[in-house]
Amino acid sequence: MTDTLTFVPLMIVLGAIGVPAAVFAALGAGERALTLFSGGAGRRARPWVWLFLPLILVILILIYPVIVTIFTSFQDARAENWIGWQNYAWAFSGQMLDIVGNNILWLVAFPLITLVLALASATLFDKVRYEPLAMTIVILPTAISFTAGSVIWTQMYSFQPSGSPQIGTLNAIRALFGADPLPWLIQPVVNNFALIFVAVWLQLGIATLILSSAIKNVGSEMLEAARLDGAGEWLIFRAMILPNILPSVLVVLTTMIIAALKVFDIVYVMTNGNFGTDVIANRLYYELFAANNLGHASAIAVILLFTALPVALINIFQFRSEARS
Amino acid sequence: MTGVSIRKAEKSYGEIAVIHGVSVEIEEGEFVVLVGPSGCGKSTLLRMIAGLEEISGGEIAIGERVVNDVEAKHRDIAMVFQSYALYPHMTVRDNMAFSLKLKGMDKAERETRIGRAADILGLEPLLGRYPRQLSGGQRQRVAMGRAIVRDPQVFLFDEPLSNLDAKLRVEMRSEIKQLQHRLKTTTIYVTHDQVEAMTMADKIVVMRAGRVEQCDTPLGLYDNPANTFVAAFIGSPSMNFVEGKVEGDAVVAEDGIRLPLPAGQGAALAGQRVTYGFRPEHMELAPKGGIPCEIELIEPTGSETMVSLRMGQAAVAGVFRERIAGPEGSTLGIRPDAARIHLFDPRTGQRLA
Amino acid sequence: MTGAPDPAITPRTFSSGARKGRRRRLPGTLVHVVVLLFIVGWVVPILALFLSSIRTQADTASSGWWMALVRPDLSLQNYALALDQLNIAGSLGTSLAIAIPTTVLTVLLSVIGAYALVRMRFAGRTALSLLLVSLLVTPPQITLVPLLRLYNQVGLSGSIPGIWLYQVGFTLPFGVFLLRGFIASIPKDLYESANLDGASELRTFWSIVLPLSRPIMASLGIMAFLWSWNDLLIPLLFLGGSGVSPPITVNLAGLVAQTTQGQGPLMAATFLSVIVPLMLIISMQRYFVRGILGGAVKG
Repeated sequence: MTDTLTFVPLMIVLGAIGVPAAVFAALGAGERALTLFSGGAGRRARPWVWLFLPLILVILILIYPVIVTIFTSFQDARAENWIGWQNYAWAFSGQMLDIVGNNILWLVAFPLITLVLALASATLFDKVRYEPLAMTIVILPTAISFTAGSVIWTQMYSFQPSGSPQIGTLNAIRALFGADPLPWLIQPVVNNFALIFVAVWLQLGIATLILSSAIKNVGSEMLEAARLDGAGEWLIFRAMILPNILPSVLVVLTTMIIAALKVFDIVYVMTNGNFGTDVIANRLYYELFAANNLGHASAIAVILLFTALPVALINIFQFRSEARS
Repeated sequence: MTGVSIRKAEKSYGEIAVIHGVSVEIEEGEFVVLVGPSGCGKSTLLRMIAGLEEISGGEIAIGERVVNDVEAKHRDIAMVFQSYALYPHMTVRDNMAFSLKLKGMDKAERETRIGRAADILGLEPLLGRYPRQLSGGQRQRVAMGRAIVRDPQVFLFDEPLSNLDAKLRVEMRSEIKQLQHRLKTTTIYVTHDQVEAMTMADKIVVMRAGRVEQCDTPLGLYDNPANTFVAAFIGSPSMNFVEGKVEGDAVVAEDGIRLPLPAGQGAALAGQRVTYGFRPEHMELAPKGGIPCEIELIEPTGSETMVSLRMGQAAVAGVFRERIAGPEGSTLGIRPDAARIHLFDPRTGQRLA
Repeated sequence: MTGAPDPAITPRTFSSGARKGRRRRLPGTLVHVVVLLFIVGWVVPILALFLSSIRTQADTASSGWWMALVRPDLSLQNYALALDQLNIAGSLGTSLAIAIPTTVLTVLLSVIGAYALVRMRFAGRTALSLLLVSLLVTPPQITLVPLLRLYNQVGLSGSIPGIWLYQVGFTLPFGVFLLRGFIASIPKDLYESANLDGASELRTFWSIVLPLSRPIMASLGIMAFLWSWNDLLIPLLFLGGSGVSPPITVNLAGLVAQTTQGQGPLMAATFLSVIVPLMLIISMQRYFVRGILGGAVKG
C-alpha cells in the first residue's frame, strides 16, 4: 500500500489547490485571448470561454457515455457485432423478469412508503415544540452512506434460529412479544421490504425537509379561519394542507423514484441479490464484471435511463413554467 | 477633464429602436441633466455613455476619443446607481478603495484619496462599516465617495435620489450641486423629476420616446419651451393650455372666452388656430374686466395660494401671491400676463415664433 | 414550490423564532407518541452501531447491543483492530483524498458555469439550461460501460484523479442548477459597478461573485462532500486493482462479505466512516437544509 501519510495530503493539495489554480489560470488565459478580438466578437465568445470546462466535463462524463451506451445496447457481449434487439429481449425474459419485478416493487413501494412517513413526520413535527430536535434526528441518516446504512441494518435484522438469544434488534422485539424470529433478509418478499425500509430510513430526512418547508408555507390565517369554522385537524390536513403542498409531494415522489432506480449499494452489501432480492442496478454490476457482457449491461442501463425519462420531462416542464412566471 | 459629444446616437434591441439619433454636446465641467418621463430612453442613453449598453449607431466621444468600441472599464467614468450598487461584502473604505486597487495605486496614495473624499462627504466615522449598517442617505454618500476617489473624467448619476425620502432628497440635491461646483467634473445626471433638473442643471436635455425634445438652460426651457411637451413638463404646476382662434389682439376659445395676446402679435397670426399656453404663476387677479372663472379648489401654502379654476370649458390652475378667501364655487376674475404667454401650433405642438 | 420565494435565496431554518407560537396548539398525546416513535426509530440504529462498536467481541457474539446499557463492559479494542487490521486509517485517508478535491472542484466549476449561464447572454442559453435539468436525473449506471473503457484507454482507471473527474462531472448539473437561482439574485448593478470601477470579468468573478455566493457554495459543498464520501459504485468500479487503499465505503462493503474478524471491528469501522459526515451535517445543518430545498424543488 502507498504511504497514506504523504499520499493523502499530496492528493488533497493537488486536487483542492493545484487544480483550482489551474482552472483560474485557464480562465485568465481565455479572457486574455478574448481581448484579441474586437468588441462584439469577444463578447460573443466570452460565455464559451467560461462554460468550456464545465461543459467539457459534462459532455465527457454524462453525454458521451449515454450515447455510446445506447449504441452498445444493440451489440453483443464484447461490443463488436450488431445484434439488434436481442439484449432487450433477454432483459425482459426468464430470470430477468424477477429482477425487473423487484425493481417495480422498489419503484412503487419505496416512494410511497417514504411519502406517507414523510407526510406524517412533517405534519406531526410541526405540532410539537421539540421540532428542531426531531427534525435533526430524522435528517441524521441522510449523511450516512448507503453502505454504512446497510451494515447498520444488517445487524438490526440479524437472525438466530428460534430458541437462541436474538442479537438483532427487530427479532429481539419480536421475541419480547412471544413471536418467532423472522429471517428478515432471507425470506422472500419480506426481505425486499426489509431492504426497501433501509432506503426509507436513509432518505426520509430529505422528504420530510421538503414537505415540512411546504407545510410551513401554507398560510396560517387560512388554517386559523378553518379552525374557527370548526374544522377538525384531519379535515384541515386533507382539505387545506394537502392541496397546497401537492407540488412538493410531486417533488418528493420524483426524487424518491430516481433514488429507487439507482439503488445498488443496499442490495449489493446486504444480500448481493440473493434470495430473490436482485435489482437491475446490481445485475448490471454483475453483467459488467462477472459475466463481462457489455451488451447486456448496456441494455440494462438504457432501461434505467428510459425509466427515468418521465421524471426528466416533468422536471423540464416545471422548470419552463417557473422560468416563465 | 473633458466634455462629452453624443452624435446621432442610436440604440435598438433587435427590431425595436429605443434611441433615435440623439445628438447632445456637453461642455467640459458642465452639469447636464437628462430628464423625461419613464421609458423616454434617458437611462439607456446614460448607460450607452457608460459603456454598459452597446451603441447601435452614431457615435459617442469622451473628449476627443470616440468610445463606441472602448470597454466600460477603460472609459474613465464613474457612475452612481439608483440602487447605489455598493459591494455588500466590503466596508465603506474597501468600497472606495476597490477601483483604486484595480488601478494598481499604492496604499498611501489610496488612503490619501479616500481620506479626502471622506472628508468632503463627512464619511470618516463610517469608513469601517458595511453598507447594511448604513442609512439610505449614508449609502448615497458612500456611492458618491466611490465615484469621487476615482477622479474620473465624467460623473454619471442614474436617478440617484429616488430611493431617499423627500427631505433627504432636497438636502442631497444641493449637496451634489455644491460638490460638482467644487470638483468641476463634467457630470451627466438622469432624473424623471423636473424640479431636480431645474435646480441642479447647467443644461437640461428633455427627452421623450428616444428623442431629444429640447436642450437648453433651465430658464431657457422655462421661458422658451420648444413645444407643448416641454412646456407642460417643465414647471409645476403644469402650464395651462387653451385652444382657440386668433382674432385681433386676443385668442378666442370655442366657448367665447378671450385670452389676451402681446401687442402686435395678433396681426401676424390673424385667423389662425393656436394652442394658447400660460403658466399658473403668470396670471394676475382682475376683479374687474378679468376672465370670470369658477373656483373649484383652493390650496393655500402660506407663501402663495394655488387655485384650481374652471374657465369656460377649460380647467386652469393658478398660483397667486395674494391670499384668496373663496369660497369654493364663487367666481374669480383673472387675467393672463400677455407678455409671458406662449403660442403653439395645435397640430404639431411646436412653438409659434 | 407554491409560489413561495425561492428557498435557495430565503432559507427557512427550523429553529427560526419568527414562527414562534404559530400553529402550536397543544398537541394530543397521540401526536407525541408518534413523534417519539420516529425519534426512536431513527436514532436507535445509530445508537446500536455506536454501542456495538465499543463492546467486547465475546459480548457482541452472545447478546444484543442493548445489554451494553444494562451491563456496561466497554472497550476500544474494536477500534484498535479496525485501524490495525482492516486498514481503516488508509481507507479514511483515501476517502478524504477523493472527497475534498471533488468538493472544491464541484463548487468551483459549478459557480463558473452558473455565473456564465446567468450573467452572459448567448444563443442556446435556454437549451443549455434545459439540458442541465434533464441531466439531473441521469442514473450513473448508464455511464459505466463507455467510461470504464475510456478510463482504461487513457490510464485513468485506478487513479484518484479519475474519481474526481467522474464525481465532479456527474454532480455538475446539480451544482449549476442549485447555484443559478442564487447568482441570478445578485443585483446586476454590482457587476456593472465593478466593470466601471475597472474590474475585468475574472476580477468581478473573484471579488464580487465568489464572496457573495459563499452561503450557497457552502450548501453545495456539503452535498458534494456527502455524495463523494458516501459513494460506493464509482470507486468500486474505477479504483479497483490499484495501489491505493480502497475508500471507506468500498472497504466496508468488502468487510461485510467476510466476517472473519467478527462484528465488533466492522461496527467500529462503520462508526468511523459515519462520524465525519454526521459531524458535518450537524454543524452545518442550516446549509444542508438549504441545499436540499434549493436543489430538490425542481429535481
